[in-house]
Amino acid sequence: MYHQTLAELSQRLATGEITSVELTRHFLQRMAEHSALNAFVTATETQALAQAEAADRRRAQGHSGPLTGIPIAHKDIFCTQGVLTSCGSKMLENFIAPYSATVVEKLEQAGMVMLGKTNMDEFAMGSSNETSFYGPVQNPWRQNAVPGGSSGGSAAAVAARLAPCATGTDTGGSIRQPAALCGITGLKPTYGRVSRWGMIAYASSLDQGGPMTQTAEDAALLLNVMAGFDEKDSTSIDKPVPDYSKSLNDSLQGLRIGLPKEFFGEGLSPAVNDQVRAAVETLKAQGAEVKDVSIPSLPLAIPAYYLIAPAEASANLARYDGVRFGHRCQNPSDLTDLYTRSRGEGFGQEVKRRILIGSYALSAGYYDAYYLKAQKVRRLLTEDFKKALSEVDVLAGPVTPTTAFGLGEKTDDPVHMYLSDIYTIAINLAGLPALSIPVGFADGLPVGMQLIGDYFSEARLLNVGHRYQQLTDWHRAMPTDFS
Amino acid sequence: MALTTDAVSKIAHLARVAIDDAELEGYRQDLSAILDWVAQLDAVATDHVQPLAHPLEVTQRLRVDQVSEHDQRTTFQAIAPAVEQGLYLVPKVID
Repeated sequence: MYHQTLAELSQRLATGEITSVELTRHFLQRMAEHSALNAFVTATETQALAQAEAADRRRAQGHSGPLTGIPIAHKDIFCTQGVLTSCGSKMLENFIAPYSATVVEKLEQAGMVMLGKTNMDEFAMGSSNETSFYGPVQNPWRQNAVPGGSSGGSAAAVAARLAPCATGTDTGGSIRQPAALCGITGLKPTYGRVSRWGMIAYASSLDQGGPMTQTAEDAALLLNVMAGFDEKDSTSIDKPVPDYSKSLNDSLQGLRIGLPKEFFGEGLSPAVNDQVRAAVETLKAQGAEVKDVSIPSLPLAIPAYYLIAPAEASANLARYDGVRFGHRCQNPSDLTDLYTRSRGEGFGQEVKRRILIGSYALSAGYYDAYYLKAQKVRRLLTEDFKKALSEVDVLAGPVTPTTAFGLGEKTDDPVHMYLSDIYTIAINLAGLPALSIPVGFADGLPVGMQLIGDYFSEARLLNVGHRYQQLTDWHRAMPTDFS
Repeated sequence: MALTTDAVSKIAHLARVAIDDAELEGYRQDLSAILDWVAQLDAVATDHVQPLAHPLEVTQRLRVDQVSEHDQRTTFQAIAPAVEQGLYLVPKVID
């Protein structure tokens, strides 16, 4: 059962061939068997089985939808009422969320069963899952290779088929990059498309939740439920949600694909380049037209991001003060000591680094030179994307410059680590939607292709991804240790 | 831009993050390297560019000024490190 997609499992549940309880037990057992992967922070067995029983009853009563009874894993950044929500941090090691995120509630209302909470980089700050308080996640394709980050646990869980699907969040590539490095499908929707309420904030003008699945078809099924206006999220966009499943099979005849030349320049590994170009050829054979385009400001994306995101993070993380929830130091001598030691002990090194950079960039005398400057560059970059997307329907390129790197390989040099996000970060700054799909292997490790579209073009991206997956079987490949 | 360890201590204090003296030099090097590297933005001409705060340029939505949340003090304080009679406890602030 574990190798099947949501669409297939949904079908089997509908015909009564399997029950949600059987399916849930099956995945809980796989999670326990493969705990060495470290993909989960928490398994919620009791709750999962209760939800599965409820889903089976609901189906018996004829009130089921396509996702009723299907298990899902949530990234530990989403608040889940009554369940530990750690965000990968010692700071929240004891945080039992008093409410659930809108995304979690919506998926629960659709009848989905929560298997547990997945491991992640601390406060979503990282590209390798190595900043987690709970230790790194293994890449299911190769021991001691990183799964990517920050949604590394979600990506590894889906790749190893410990869960049929998972939620993730993406501030600078945190859905797409681990999806690419683990060989699964991941979608970062348009900024504001999916509610951020109850999703622990990192950089609020960039954060966006999305689905992580085996296929584009499955991502459409999840996005149908996850997307939509939420009055509790002040930047949620009030726009109708289309049926993302409906247009999956639309023809690619005449689709205009742009290849931004900056995505294929220096630093891109030849093997990744070859696989991505081969995937573009596959789309071309379906009637797509390909042309070269340019995003001249792309090289400025990472430096701009590493001012904007830390600045927003330093403000967002000010709430962790040891007073109302989270870690509190022992025997504080005064209030300042309570704040500084609770935060010093509760946050890991990368989080502290970003808080310090952000505090510096926002401090008196430096605001214009750093934060404002970065926001101006953000506009230049956004204009570049708008121009390119006025000439073509979608942009295609790699998700990452290389396949999964080794654990510990980049941890000593933060700037070197940041550079691995070159192709994903710019999309968050522009607020655009982008899909990562597996398009082959290089030296036994998965390669991902990124499809970037105009605002609210998720349906088109999923359509292109789905058509590609009808013609190829990279998304069906499974790591041998888990099959 | 090379920071001094004093500057790092000052930022850490502003951010209310305790950093061990032994770790200050490491942070100084990392932060200096990051600032050196973001300095490449200085070369970009942005005099006539408006800063972009929200990718879709939407303005902050307002809601009707009425009570939308009910009292959940007990629930929220159940996860607090120290509370007494509905109040959060902190070290004495005023003598």
